[in-house]
Amino acid sequence: MWRTKVLAILLTAGALWAEVPKVLAVRGAKIYTGTGAVIERGNVVVRDGLVEAAGANAAIPPDAWIIEGVGLTVYPGFTNTMSTWGVPRSTSAQEPATPRGRGAAPAGPVARGPEDRPANTAWITGVELVQSGDASIAQARDAGFTSAVVFPTSGIFAGHGSWINLAGDKPGQMLVASPLGQSLSVRTSGFTSFPGSLMGAFAYIRQVYLDADHYQAAKELYAKSPRGMKRVEYDRALEGVLASSRVMLPAASRVELERMARFGAELKRNVVLYGGHDAARAIEAIKASGFSVLVSLQFPEKPKEANPDVRDSVRTLELREAAPAAAAALQKAGVKFAFYSGGIEKPSELRAALKKAIDAGLSREDAVRALTLSAAEIYGVADRVGSLEPGKIANLTVVDGDWFQERSKVKAVIVDGVKYEPAPVEAKKEEAAK
Amino acid sequence: MKTLWQVGGVLALAACALPGADLVIQNAKILTVTKGRLEGSIRISNGKIAEVGEKLMIPGGATVVDAAGKYVIPGIIDCHSHIAADSINEGSVSVSSMVGIEDVLNPEDIDIYRALAGGVTTVNVLHGSANAIGGKCSVIKTRWGKDVKGLLFEGAKPGIKFALGENPKRRGSTPSFGATTLRYPATRMGVEDVIRQAFTDARRYQADWKAFEARTAKGETAIPPRRDLKLDPLVEILEDKRFIHAHCYRADEILMLLRLADEFGFKIRTLQHVLEGYKVANEIAKHGAGASTFSDWWSYKVEAFDAIPYNAALMHKRGVLVSLNSDSAELMRHLNLEAAKVMKYGGLTEEEALAMVTINPAKQLAIDSRVGSIEVGKDADLVIYDQHPLSNYSKVEKVFVDGVMYFSREEDEKARMKLELRKKALEEKQKKPAAAPGRRPA
Repeated sequence: MWRTKVLAILLTAGALWAEVPKVLAVRGAKIYTGTGAVIERGNVVVRDGLVEAAGANAAIPPDAWIIEGVGLTVYPGFTNTMSTWGVPRSTSAQEPATPRGRGAAPAGPVARGPEDRPANTAWITGVELVQSGDASIAQARDAGFTSAVVFPTSGIFAGHGSWINLAGDKPGQMLVASPLGQSLSVRTSGFTSFPGSLMGAFAYIRQVYLDADHYQAAKELYAKSPRGMKRVEYDRALEGVLASSRVMLPAASRVELERMARFGAELKRNVVLYGGHDAARAIEAIKASGFSVLVSLQFPEKPKEANPDVRDSVRTLELREAAPAAAAALQKAGVKFAFYSGGIEKPSELRAALKKAIDAGLSREDAVRALTLSAAEIYGVADRVGSLEPGKIANLTVVDGDWFQERSKVKAVIVDGVKYEPAPVEAKKEEAAK
Repeated sequence: MKTLWQVGGVLALAACALPGADLVIQNAKILTVTKGRLEGSIRISNGKIAEVGEKLMIPGGATVVDAAGKYVIPGIIDCHSHIAADSINEGSVSVSSMVGIEDVLNPEDIDIYRALAGGVTTVNVLHGSANAIGGKCSVIKTRWGKDVKGLLFEGAKPGIKFALGENPKRRGSTPSFGATTLRYPATRMGVEDVIRQAFTDARRYQADWKAFEARTAKGETAIPPRRDLKLDPLVEILEDKRFIHAHCYRADEILMLLRLADEFGFKIRTLQHVLEGYKVANEIAKHGAGASTFSDWWSYKVEAFDAIPYNAALMHKRGVLVSLNSDSAELMRHLNLEAAKVMKYGGLTEEEALAMVTINPAKQLAIDSRVGSIEVGKDADLVIYDQHPLSNYSKVEKVFVDGVMYFSREEDEKARMKLELRKKALEEKQKKPAAAPGRRPA
C-alpha cells in the first residue's frame, strides 16, 4: 500500500514539474486550427510560449522537442467562458440566484435606494481572487481546458471577468486580459433592503449605468476646466462599471432571454447573455439583439430528490428537452456563442454535457469553435488566443482521438507553450481517497 | 411541440384562414354597452369593428362565426390586477417609483390565458401596495402567445401605483433584522409626509433640469443634473403625463390624498378599492377621480370594516366613474358576475352593470377610444357567452382580441388531450435521471 502511495506522490510531483523546453512540436496529428479548417495530418510548432506554425507542411525546427502525434488530435486550448476555477471555494460560495428567490439577509447596511450601491463590488476583477495553487486549476487542465474567464460571483454587480491561462506560479503570470466584462445578476435581498424585487434589480442596474455615464461626462468636463466647477465625488462602484464596456446579463428561459435582449439594448453596451437554455424559443429576439450568448453546460434535470408524485409542467419538461439543443439553435441562427460550466463542479463532467449538445444537433467543428475562437472573440481577445494562428499564445489541447468521445483521453495540454500531462488515474484515485 | 402557448397561436391562425379577410359574427345577441342591444352581426376587418347591424352583407372570403342564441359583449377590462408579472412589490423603500412592471412582464404566465378564458381582454397590471409611492404599471391586452411588446396596449398612457393606509405604514417587522431595517413611515400621517416630500423633491429636480436647459440654451457649459429614475415618473405626474392609481380604503385617507394632489396641482386618476368611497363620493366626483372597487368583499382587515356592497352603486349615482376590479387572478375570470352584483346591491341597470367592467375601466385608463364597447372603429375585442353574461350559468365560448380568436372553449378542450399526450411522452423520455453532477456556482 505504502509503495503505491509513494509512487503516486512521485507521479503527481512529476506532473507539477512540467517539462519546459523552448520549442515544442506535435508531429503528424489531426489539427483543428480553430479558424474553421481541420487538417487531417499536420504539425504544430510552438516556440517561446507562442504558436510558430500549424499546418500540413509546417516545418519542424531541429531544436524542437517532438510529441509524436499520430492518432492524436490537437485543438486550440479549450476555454470555460464563465468560471470560478482557481478561486478557493470559500471565496466563491454563494446563494444561488433565482428570479423570485429570497436570498439571505443583507450582510451590509440596509440600502434605501440605488445610490447606496447595494450588492455591488463592481470594481473587483476575477484575477484578484485566483490562487495559482487551487486544485481546480490542475483538474481543469486534466479535463483538457487551458483557459477560463474567472468572475467574482456575489451580489448584483459582482465585478469583472479575467481571462486566465490555467497554469502559472502567480495569478499575474496566468492573466491574459482583464477586465473583460461586468457580471450582473438580478438576485435580490428580500423585503428589507433595496432592491427587494426583480423589478427593483432592473431599476437599480439601469440607474447605475445612467450614473456611470453621468459620472464620466462630469469628470471629463471637470478635467477640462476645474476652476469654477464643483469636483466630482469619487464613486468606486461607478469606476468599476466604467472599467469595461462589456456587460454579462443572466438569461436562461425564453422570457428571461427576451427580457434581457430588450434591457441589454437600453444599456448601450457590449452585452453578453449567459444561461441560454431556452435559446431556440427566443431565437428571433436574440438574433435581433446582436448579442452573443454563453450557454451554461449545466442543463436542467429532474432533481434527484423530486417528489415522484408531483408532475412537472409541460414547460419544465420542454426546457429540459430544449437545453442541450440550445447551442445548435444558436449556431443555425448565426448567433455567436460559447460554453461555460454553469455550476458543474468537476471539470471532467463538462465533456459529457458537451456531448449532449452535439447529440442534439451541434457539429463537432462548431462545438470546437465555441470552445476556442468564439470564446476569444466574445471577450475581444481573439488577437492573442483562441486559434493556432502564428503568433498567438500557445494554448493547445492534445487528445488521443476525438475529445467528445467518452473513451478518448487528454494526452496533454500546452499552456503558454508549456506541456502538462494529466495526473495518472491511480494518482487521482489516491488523491480522492486521502 | 404543442405547448399551451403555441396552441394559442394555432387558434389565432384558425380564426383568420385568409390573411386580411374579414370575420363576421352573426345571429348574436349583441350587448354594445354604449349603443344599446340588438340581435344581428358584427363584421370585423383588420382587427377593428367595421360594422354592427341587424342584417349585414357577408363579404366573399369572410370567416363566419355563427353565434345563434349566444351573447356578445366587449372584452372585459380589469383595472386592477397583478397577473403576468414576475415581481409585484418593491417594498424595501417607501418611494419605489424607479421600478416598473414592464421590466418583469411575463408573457408566459398562465394566468393570462385563464383571464382570457374569463372574457378579459385588457388588464391594468399594477405594482403592489407595499409602499406609499409604488412602481410604474403596464396596461396589457391578453394576447396569449405574444411577447412582451405584443402584450402591451399600444399608446396607453403610463400609470403608477400609490398606496395609503395599513400596507404602506407597515414598517418591516421581522425582529431578527434589528431596528435599523425598519422602514419609515409607521402611521397614516407618515404616508402623507412621504408623498409630500417626494413631490417636493420632484419639483426641485424639475427646476434643476429647467435651469440646466436654460444655461445650455445660453451657450454656457454646465454639468447636467443626474438623471434620477425615482423622480422622473413624479415629474411626469406633475406634467400630466402619467396617471396615478391609488390604493386606499378609508374616507380620511382618500380626502388627504385628494387635498394633497390639489395642493401640488396634479390629479388622481383612479382610487383603487376605495371601500369607504361612498362616504366621500361628492369629493371624489369633484376631484374627477375614478373609483375602481370590489363588488362585495370586505372585513378582511380593520380598514375594510366599513365597506358595503352598495359602494359601487352609491358612488356611481353621485357621478363618480366607477369600475369593478379583481385584484386577483381567480376573481378576474368571472368579472361578469362581479358586475351583476351591482344590480342586486344598488339596483343598477344591466347596461350600467356591464359598463363597470368594460367602458368605465376603459375611460379610467383613457383607452375608451379603442376599447370598452362594441362600436364601429373600435378594436374587435369581443367575448361570446353561451348565455346572458350576467347570469351565473353563463360560460365564455370564444374570445377575440383585435379580431383574432385567442380563446375557444372547444379548441381548448381538444388541445388538452394533445397536451397530455405530449406531457406523457416527455415524462417517459426523461424518466431515467442522469447522474446529477456536483454543484458549484461558476
